[in-house]
Amino acid sequence: MPKQLPLPEQLIDLLAEQIKPHILPECALVGIHTGGVWIMDALAERLGPDLPRGVLDIAFYRDDFSRIGLHPETKPSHLPFDVEDRNILLIDDVLFTGRTIRAAMNLLFDYGRPATIKLAVLVDRGGRELPVCADYVGLRLDLATDEHISLENNETEGLHFVMKRKP
Amino acid sequence: MKIQIKNGRVIDPASGLDAIQDIFVAASHIVGIGKMPSDFHANQVIDASGLIVCPGLVDLSVRLREPGLEYKATLETEMHAAAVGGVTSLACPPDTDPPLDEPGLVEMLKFRAKHMPGPRVYPIGALTKKLKGEGITEMAELTEAGCVAFSQADAPLIDTQVLLRAMEYAKTFELSVWLRPQDPHLAREGVAHDGVVAARLGFPPIPVPAETVALSTILLLVRETGARVHLARLSSRAGIEMVRRAKHDGLPITCDVNIHHVHLSEMDTADFNPHCHLIPPLRSQRDRDAIRYGLEDGTIDAICSDHAPVDDDAKELPFQEAEAGATGVELLLPLTLKWARETGMPLGKALGFITRHPANIMRIDAGRIGVGCPADLCMFDPEATWVVNRANLASLGKNSPFLGLEMQGRVQYTLIDGHLDYRRNHQHA
Amino acid sequence: MSANNLQLTDDGRLRHLLTLDGLPARILTQILDTAESFLSVSEAERDVKKVPLLRGKAIFNIFFENSTRTRTTFEIAAKRLSADVVNLNINASSQSKGETLLDTIANLSAMQADMFIVRHAAAGAGHLIARHVAPHIHIINAGDGRCSHPTQGLLDMFTLRHYKGPFHNLRVAIVGDLLHSRVARSQIHALTTLGCPEVRVVAPQTLLPRDVKNMGVHVFHKLSEGIKGVDAVLMLRLQNERMRGARLPSAGEYFKHWGLTPEKLKLAKPDAIVMHPGPMNRGVEIDSAVADGMQSVILSQVTFGIAVRMAVMSILAGN
Repeated sequence: MPKQLPLPEQLIDLLAEQIKPHILPECALVGIHTGGVWIMDALAERLGPDLPRGVLDIAFYRDDFSRIGLHPETKPSHLPFDVEDRNILLIDDVLFTGRTIRAAMNLLFDYGRPATIKLAVLVDRGGRELPVCADYVGLRLDLATDEHISLENNETEGLHFVMKRKP
Repeated sequence: MKIQIKNGRVIDPASGLDAIQDIFVAASHIVGIGKMPSDFHANQVIDASGLIVCPGLVDLSVRLREPGLEYKATLETEMHAAAVGGVTSLACPPDTDPPLDEPGLVEMLKFRAKHMPGPRVYPIGALTKKLKGEGITEMAELTEAGCVAFSQADAPLIDTQVLLRAMEYAKTFELSVWLRPQDPHLAREGVAHDGVVAARLGFPPIPVPAETVALSTILLLVRETGARVHLARLSSRAGIEMVRRAKHDGLPITCDVNIHHVHLSEMDTADFNPHCHLIPPLRSQRDRDAIRYGLEDGTIDAICSDHAPVDDDAKELPFQEAEAGATGVELLLPLTLKWARETGMPLGKALGFITRHPANIMRIDAGRIGVGCPADLCMFDPEATWVVNRANLASLGKNSPFLGLEMQGRVQYTLIDGHLDYRRNHQHA
Repeated sequence: MSANNLQLTDDGRLRHLLTLDGLPARILTQILDTAESFLSVSEAERDVKKVPLLRGKAIFNIFFENSTRTRTTFEIAAKRLSADVVNLNINASSQSKGETLLDTIANLSAMQADMFIVRHAAAGAGHLIARHVAPHIHIINAGDGRCSHPTQGLLDMFTLRHYKGPFHNLRVAIVGDLLHSRVARSQIHALTTLGCPEVRVVAPQTLLPRDVKNMGVHVFHKLSEGIKGVDAVLMLRLQNERMRGARLPSAGEYFKHWGLTPEKLKLAKPDAIVMHPGPMNRGVEIDSAVADGMQSVILSQVTFGIAVRMAVMSILAGN
């Protein structure tokens, strides 16, 4: 467990620096609810507020539906641009098993056929169960299987990380 | 066969007897109560300690389903079920297939019933040919064949002139007419009481006027003809009130209720239980309370089981499509005891509704314990508790609203015509 | 009502949807909220207007009572969830020739079904079936006699909430043949459960159950009084049989007194919405000018109906 939790704003700056030189034409930002959307909005300020943005809720594409059922709070997905031939920058907060990213890609392809998809994550904490890797990473962490890091947002603290121990 | 029944608590509603006494039976009659008659040597002694010995039950309506409806139940199974229930005399309605409108059919039924163990069977003859409500039957011939009364069962009699003539004809021979007050037009397509449950669940309704309008017609025609009429299966407060007033005016009428209506109401149909689909329908709790009150004040003369075994295929359907009726001859006694316990009614008075009063309505020598009376006795354990289930119902009909519920009171011996026609086998549950 | 225990698992989740009567508000709200997210699945921006949620699941439409309309909506909803759909129209007369209802269900259960959507002419049919199926099969009632049509009730609530906001502020009038209407019964249960403070019913005496007040509604016989100041008018279909059963003299007289015309509609709030479960009898219960007018949300109801049915199926399949 890291002694001090990283600061999201710093990591977002780092990500923006990595991404900026490589922004492709016909690029669109797509954030995965909920953390990925906060990061996308913060990144957009740094990369170009006019870039088209979309949000994905992967609840209907999860692979554990038959085990845990439907999540009680599902927000609609919304991509206000044509996915066809688009260069998508997919954005999420924490990359762990890789299942969320697989679901997000399946969902994206139901909208159309993108030209490319690149993945940007704030934290890559290891523990992959699928062959997924991020193109842009704010911070790499090596956490134990019972350690979990998540991004939260509130009025007083703004964006901040929280670490929990769960078996 | 000389039988001594020892140490039972003998309750005879007719005479008011309630004491621990021995009863002595010889051939088909009671020859002694309390004191052993001289020269009496018992071939068989029944130990009735802990049991109540009452007159064999008299059930005003038990469907035996023969002739014609043997896929539902047979004479043999239902006679046996009646004996299990402590019933020693029963009246069976004419709605068999073909209906009991010919002396030959009645004679055949009586003959078959006589030659099997079980209660004395008193057929009710059809009032009109084929129960069609058009031409009247040969009531005199049918009476000679063994009918004790005439009825339409559940078949409608729409033509009031036919009803009037039928009552006049019956009166000619001083025969009883048993009528169910149900106006076929008001009850048309209905399956449930027109009350809060039908409103909520959308059951096609049968309003109370279906009973009271028909009752009104019947009572006025009784006034007109003086015919002796028995009103079968009252269900509503308003109907009972009409009967109360008519009796007060001296009309020669009697009436009965189904034991199920003493306990259940429309609320029991709220989960669509098809076993609670009955005719007449289970009405409101107020109507049920009025039935209980009507029994207490004597407006209602008797209680019957209205036994109607229905095959599973016809019952395991959505409520309004399920065939109406409940199997009940085996539960008449424990359900009557339950009602007595709940209301604090003395046992002798309660048992009267299923023994001497129905016997009077049928005008048969039954329902009493006395020296010289037929040896028809029911011996039951008032403390025994048991749960009603498919396996322990002797009837072929398993359609009871009380499935899975506990009963208190169980028949141990049934003596019919001096024969021990039923003895509870203690090895079975 | 014990019917409720039949619908819920031991830990209070929905196992069958048979009736809205007695379902807790949180379950109704869960369905409405979930339906919200399914609205976007059929949006134009998507190439594939489906989600893989129920992929590999077999949903059987078992209709003992004919209805192409309702059956089609369920079929579309199921297919949008990537489920496999089998349609069975079981003719009542072929039933009476042999197989009992329960035998039919037993046979279908053996065909690896996951969900049955049942429409039947008798109240409680869904309950009977739910009591007899294997534990993993979910039952959705698509209409049982005059008793319930829960998905219709839900989509009507979705529509109301969508256009009019929270239920505790609303005054609603249900107009028409309540006596024979499973839609109306479901609407009433939903509205009262969700906290609508004033539910009115408007109909002639011959089309109202005797104990209708017991259902928690205000009864009106005059349309002009019943829809005064309401936020929404929920119209009911009038079936032709009612004229034959001596309940009504003619469609004409019915239209004159209970038909919703633009003039009558003015008595409701100026922004009141008009709803109808369909299909409409134009000129009998509703004037074309109203049906096609600005305040009518009838077509939206159809769209919402698909989302609501997707929500119900997803919630059941995930429980």
